[in-house]
Amino acid sequence: MEQKTEINQQSQQSQALATASGGGQSQAQNQTQGAANIAMPNVDLALSEYPQAGMGYDEMWSEKGQVNPHWRRLMGDLVELGGPEMHKRGAETRRLLRENGVTYHIYNDPKGQQRTWQLDPVPLVINNADWNAISVGLKQRARLLNLVLKDIYGGRRLIKDGLIPAELIYAHQGFLRSCDQVQIPDIPHLLLYAADLARGPDGRMWVIGDRSQAPSGAGYALETRMAMTRVMGEEFRRTQVHRLSIFFRHLRSMLAGLTAQRTEEPRVVILTPGPHNETYFEHAYLAAYLGYSLVQGDDLTVREGKVWMKSLEGLKQVDIIVRRVDDWFCDPLELREDSHLGVPGLLQAARLGNVIIANPLGSSILESPALMPFLPNIAKQWLGEDILLPSAATWWCGQEKERKYVLENMEELVIKPIDRRFPSIFCSQLSGKEKEDLRKRILSMPHLYVGQQVLSCSTAPSLRSKQIVPRRVLLRTFLTAHQGDYDVMPGGLTRVARDEDNLFISNQTGGLSKDTWILADKPVHQASLWPTIRQMDSLYVGEGVLPSRSGENLFWVGRYSERSEGLVRLVRTVLSKLADYDDYQDETDLVVLEHLLRALTHFTFIYPGFTGEEASKKLAAPHPHIMDLVLNPEHRSGLVGTLGSLLQSAYNVRDLWSVDTWRVVDDIDESIQSLTAGKNQFSTMQTELDNLLVTLMSFSGQVQESMPHDHGWFLMSMGRRMERALQLVTFIRTCFVESSGEVPEHLMLEAALVNHESLITHRRRYRSVQHMFTVLDLMLLDTRHPRSLAYQVEEILSLLHQLPNSKVANSHQLTRELRLVLQTSTEIKLAEVEKLASVSDNQGTRKSLAKLLDNVERRLEKASELLHQRYFSHTQNARQLAPMLQLELPA
Amino acid sequence: MRYRIKHTTRYQYSSPVSMCFNEARMSPLNTMHQTCARNRFVIHPVPDSLDKRFDYYGNQVTSFDILQPHKELSVTVHSEVQVLDHSQQSLFTGDTPWEQVRDRMQESTNPEHIILREYILPSPLIPIIDEVREYAAASFTSGRPIMEAVRDLMSRIYTEFKYDPASTTISTPLKAVMEHRRGVCQDFAHLGIACIRSVGLPAAYVSGYLETLPPPGEKKLEGADASHAWFSVYMLEDGWLQFDPTNNQMPSDQYITLAFGRDFADVTPLKGVIYGGDEHELGVFVDVVRIEES
Repeated sequence: MEQKTEINQQSQQSQALATASGGGQSQAQNQTQGAANIAMPNVDLALSEYPQAGMGYDEMWSEKGQVNPHWRRLMGDLVELGGPEMHKRGAETRRLLRENGVTYHIYNDPKGQQRTWQLDPVPLVINNADWNAISVGLKQRARLLNLVLKDIYGGRRLIKDGLIPAELIYAHQGFLRSCDQVQIPDIPHLLLYAADLARGPDGRMWVIGDRSQAPSGAGYALETRMAMTRVMGEEFRRTQVHRLSIFFRHLRSMLAGLTAQRTEEPRVVILTPGPHNETYFEHAYLAAYLGYSLVQGDDLTVREGKVWMKSLEGLKQVDIIVRRVDDWFCDPLELREDSHLGVPGLLQAARLGNVIIANPLGSSILESPALMPFLPNIAKQWLGEDILLPSAATWWCGQEKERKYVLENMEELVIKPIDRRFPSIFCSQLSGKEKEDLRKRILSMPHLYVGQQVLSCSTAPSLRSKQIVPRRVLLRTFLTAHQGDYDVMPGGLTRVARDEDNLFISNQTGGLSKDTWILADKPVHQASLWPTIRQMDSLYVGEGVLPSRSGENLFWVGRYSERSEGLVRLVRTVLSKLADYDDYQDETDLVVLEHLLRALTHFTFIYPGFTGEEASKKLAAPHPHIMDLVLNPEHRSGLVGTLGSLLQSAYNVRDLWSVDTWRVVDDIDESIQSLTAGKNQFSTMQTELDNLLVTLMSFSGQVQESMPHDHGWFLMSMGRRMERALQLVTFIRTCFVESSGEVPEHLMLEAALVNHESLITHRRRYRSVQHMFTVLDLMLLDTRHPRSLAYQVEEILSLLHQLPNSKVANSHQLTRELRLVLQTSTEIKLAEVEKLASVSDNQGTRKSLAKLLDNVERRLEKASELLHQRYFSHTQNARQLAPMLQLELPA
Repeated sequence: MRYRIKHTTRYQYSSPVSMCFNEARMSPLNTMHQTCARNRFVIHPVPDSLDKRFDYYGNQVTSFDILQPHKELSVTVHSEVQVLDHSQQSLFTGDTPWEQVRDRMQESTNPEHIILREYILPSPLIPIIDEVREYAAASFTSGRPIMEAVRDLMSRIYTEFKYDPASTTISTPLKAVMEHRRGVCQDFAHLGIACIRSVGLPAAYVSGYLETLPPPGEKKLEGADASHAWFSVYMLEDGWLQFDPTNNQMPSDQYITLAFGRDFADVTPLKGVIYGGDEHELGVFVDVVRIEES
């Protein structure tokens, strides 16, 4: 609950304003004639109907009724491709984005947390000259806002000199008084900046929103571009479009330069609110693309005024934090007390200059729409310049004249709070009473409100089904501080209204976006993100440091993936035995089946299941129970539940997976869907499980082959080995510790070999002989058989040695977990297989076997627990010191 | 008057706190009427780091971290303060009608006045609600001199609200205080501020100590004093003037000012973030001792 409110605060409320009203009838008629003039080689892309749908200024279609010159090549290409082909490409981009896991969370969406980012395959085209003018305007605005930000948390000349009214700052929730005077000399305060632009009916670009605290969208723009260059590669190359990578290169070098005096290779982290945040995909994507660690508040700690990341190797100092957590939530000590997303003491570390936060805490105040009407005058006074990009016409109700205007013209305006304490209100949609209430609210606290003109923004071609139609667009542009000025990303994230008469363009209601193509005058060369002239030795900074939390998630990815795999195998074995029994009604099969089902209960930890007193009834008709523990997501440790945990752990370390690995993760997700979709179909389950098994194995193959074998991989492999060892112990114990007679046991041995993929190996090794001790020899003691217990234990031992701190500090003594595993390894090595196989008492118990299995299980579980304590962040929840009451004795 | 103040805060936890990050605003301010001659923190366990700075309002903040497990945290602050008697000052001021002060605050281009408009706005713990507006209106009648109006408000709070330590927790909303007509000094200060802001005048929260004297002939008990809170109103040329609605008087040299802010949230004497701890017991002991000048 807590988490949700916090995140809602984060929601990007940028909404493009568009009205359904624009677009004169006469204009549309003029345009029809123009349409007839261009060649239409392929009629099924019905461009000829485009102009009739016009709603005012269009990006592609000129007022003269022609395709604008900078759109001609692209439109020619699109027309040639034709509707069906474009439709196909649209589907292809969707597939790519989905497979790459490009998602956007929608809160309160019952259909699930993640929604695929929707992409319109027709880009927005902007010509070079137009873009240059926009860029110059954006840079000027960024310079200006930077000065404003420095002043608000510095001398506050703006207020004292009367350039902005005092209440505009003081009443804004984003004016964080604890950030006052936190100034870092010689660097800009506004390091990253995004502006939402819309083209008005006059053809000018207007700024309708400023994003200054943790601007999102740059990563989506990049991913959108990646998908487009695959799907529309040919058209892209021919059109001479500016590349985006140069922007990210500048961003990187800007960040690296921030701490130039202190260190050449600063440690940069991206601070995310976590996987529940709506733009988590982007945080992970940018972290991976830029090569920074992705961390959550719990991964960081402040010691002696410095910020440290908790990693497997201990604490590592952090120099720069690129934050995607809102101002308020960053420090529960000085800012919002109930935040679990921040780091106590972070603001003090920033104050001392020991860490630089991009953007600095407190910068959300620049997002206030109330500032907009004052910017032209500030530009004149401080820069001696006219403001180049106009802002949407805005009236701040804290001023009498403006308030009067707003109240008299409410119908045509959108009412916004100065600080996002409630969503924007379109007065034209209100009832009489609602309007009256709003009027009262404005009058009681006028300085909290602005009225803003509803801008009828321009339309651009958009693919709907197989048609190209005009849809309103809104462009988010991105800037980074760079070498004393700002650098603008040559492109951006264009968002599209879904319907003709849509008033909002908002990601919260399900985003549709498109690529933005800025045309270049001359051919553009791809720029690498990375600088080229470097000495090899100065480049190598060692393995990226892994936050402890990521390590823990990887360990669990290992465990859950192996657990799922083991479960699938066991269910398959059960199903085939069940089929045998149904066919032949052989009592021996029934005994085997009962053992396997009990093992299934132990594997899933869903008790009593097929164990205990009630078991016999379930054993007689096991089908519904098997279905239940496979498919019922309520059983967290059932198959679907375990797969869900696997996906969650994988998603928590989204930044560590390659594109192809993520694709396999996505396949696992699909397998769950298809498994649960065909409910109650016992017959198809076998096939579904076969497919799932292949997917799980390709996941393990993929990580084995493409992940660097460093600490993260060690932990994941360790999780896998632990799980496999423990499952094997459970299986052998359930089936063989209590002897069940020669004939059933023989069948059970075979089932065990099949279940653990060891049948062929066993046959090759022992020919036709199949005996308890040959099977135990292979499955428990053989150190070269990757399915055996001995193999898992040796692997764990070697992995433990490779982790940092495998010895007790300042000594040669091994850590406790290492000693436990070494003990296990030795015990297995010293085991005598004939003793293990022999029944040692008249109850038919294999006591040596039982003892060995118990010891292995106990020690491995203890080792796993110790591993957690040593390496993973087992943070306690932070809370507030209990408050004191001020009391006095009356005098 | 010269005072020696000892202010101890002690938290005892049922299970260890693994670490804590804290901020204290327990250093008396230096003002026109008051000089802080000595201010020393004694903290157990010994902090791993300790910093001092001035906050937005000019209060001295002592921030400290303890990174070792502990079951008890104690913070003792020893201060020595010289206070001048300024109660007489008010007798000659404040005869401007309150509306004039209100309007001049809005119209003035004097930077000092402009920035103090901050104290007219609602603050996190002091929303301006209708009940407050109504309550204030009775004191702020048309054309009334500002001093008279504020004094009237102070005495109405004193007589119409019951002082009741059991009635309130740290976060009693103003609405509840209005409804039940009872509270402690903090609530009364908040209420006074809310009323003054509701008519468009700047008001601030002041935390500090009040010297208490034992009944005649008895010895003063140790730890018997407490921290206190009152409010302050800005009256243009006359500056900030202070009012104690809990005792219906304007602070004299028996009042020692600790910190200044918009409301309690800005001046919390000791706050922090802790890890672990479970249940806790809190003890606060304050001694304000007059040093006889020789």
